[in-house]
Amino acid sequence: MKSKTADRIATGVFVAIAIIIVSILVGLFSYILINGFKHISWEFLTTPSSNIRAGGGIRDQLFNSFYILLITMIIAVPLGVGGGIYMAEYAKPGKITDTIRSCIEVLASLPSIVIGMFGLLVFVNVTGWGYTILGGALALTVFNLPVIVRVSEDSIRTVPRDLKEASLALGITHWHTIKTVLLPSAFPSILTGIILAAGRVFGEAAALLFTAGLSTPRLDYANWNPFSEQSPLNIFRPAETLAVHIWSVNTQGLIPDVEAVSNGSAAVLVISVLLFNLLARWIGSIITKKMTATK
Amino acid sequence: MVTTYLEKESTEQTIQTTVQLHMEHILKVHNLEIFYGEKRAVNGISMDIEKNSITALIGPSGCGKSTFLRSVNRMNDLIPGARAQGEIIYEDLNILSKQINVVALRKEIGMVFQKPNPFPKSIYENITHALKFSGLKKKSQLDELVEESLQKAALWDEVKDRLHKSALSLSGGQQQRLCIARTIAMKPTVMLLDEPSSALDPISNAKVEDLIVELKKDYSIIIVTHNMQQASRISDKTAFFLSGDLIEYDATEKIFTNPSVKKTEEYISGRFG
Repeated sequence: MKSKTADRIATGVFVAIAIIIVSILVGLFSYILINGFKHISWEFLTTPSSNIRAGGGIRDQLFNSFYILLITMIIAVPLGVGGGIYMAEYAKPGKITDTIRSCIEVLASLPSIVIGMFGLLVFVNVTGWGYTILGGALALTVFNLPVIVRVSEDSIRTVPRDLKEASLALGITHWHTIKTVLLPSAFPSILTGIILAAGRVFGEAAALLFTAGLSTPRLDYANWNPFSEQSPLNIFRPAETLAVHIWSVNTQGLIPDVEAVSNGSAAVLVISVLLFNLLARWIGSIITKKMTATK
Repeated sequence: MVTTYLEKESTEQTIQTTVQLHMEHILKVHNLEIFYGEKRAVNGISMDIEKNSITALIGPSGCGKSTFLRSVNRMNDLIPGARAQGEIIYEDLNILSKQINVVALRKEIGMVFQKPNPFPKSIYENITHALKFSGLKKKSQLDELVEESLQKAALWDEVKDRLHKSALSLSGGQQQRLCIARTIAMKPTVMLLDEPSSALDPISNAKVEDLIVELKKDYSIIIVTHNMQQASRISDKTAFFLSGDLIEYDATEKIFTNPSVKKTEEYISGRFG
């Protein structure tokens, strides 16, 4: 009788925890969306922001967010997955590997503002670039690398050993086995890790304040020359992202419609992350299906 | 010049004929010891494996038979701390030597594992995976080899209409025959089978056994098994292992009817293990 009661209490507690988690999420989402949705319009998304007048949009901030995400991922994914492959397949157990692992863990727990300060020192001042997209992307790489390394290592390790042995026993080299057997099998979980990292990039403000800056030059979206000052594709220009914009209008904004802009931006940010998630998962499942011949 | 060449040829011929008088040996194991760290798992065994025959390795769990099997194509290299001493001679080379190209060795000495382990790819790709890696690119050649190896593995009729479906959609027995087929496709000389039918139902097991007997014509087979009936049904020679020692190695008929060592008899009749 006693253990039965305990069992009931446990069930009740866990159901309650689940309800709390879901209601926090639903509450947060609906708050952001209800407050922000009424400010979102085609005009809001397609006009540049204004420093003093009301009615500014977030065109450049939205583009910058996606562009910094892209640049960060181009740098961080190969490095991170490569590091994961090294840790899972090549690193021999021992002191050196343990040291590398603790370094990765420490890196993962660094506060993002500290990474921002480090970025200011190295990617802004030492390089002499000033505030740039590339500097921001590199700071975000530092910030995300540990997560991607960790996730890649874990996903490669969880591929059944049978599969690796099967491939090696057929006279296939280690590297080719990694490439054609381990990575495809680990792909779905690596992708999940990358999506999580991408979400963090999207919402990150502190690490970008001192690296990508708080301003965006006047952009000409018809100019696709990546070396031109006005080109949106130029990686050596300052770029304020959506998350940074929310912070800056709230703390130092002079515009009269601060609330509208920041609520609208927050809603756009949340929706973008959501869309990015769904899109990445959809593409990932297509790739997985193609690789594993399942329909 | 011509005479020396002829002379050489004639001596080679005599050597070959003398060898053929006896049974030809594909592998010669000499004083093989295998360690996992400090622990010795195989204690200096010596045995010659006959060509085009089935050699069964029997013995209780942990007796070193699988360890021995895995050392023949150097799969133990994957286990940190595992090392082997002694000799396994294959084509005049010591397999255990550091200079051996392990990748090339594994193409000649293939292995099938206890649990069916097809790649999560299509049936067709399971077989072409290794072929493509070894440089075969032409589709007609690949198609031919896929059909040939699936025929040999007695799987062709069951899968010919769904070659491009996932291999994981096959039953356990079919998966295991697919694993045998992909090993056959590499045209090895020796096949190592590590309890290949222990995870299968009796009907699939019978199919895999028939297949193994069939394969004897083209390959030399070493099979680890816990199933005494299986060993007596399909093998030509049987080796009995016990705690890392090779207790007895003889013709299967002799081992199962009139073993010379008492331990062997006790194990076979099920008194321990």
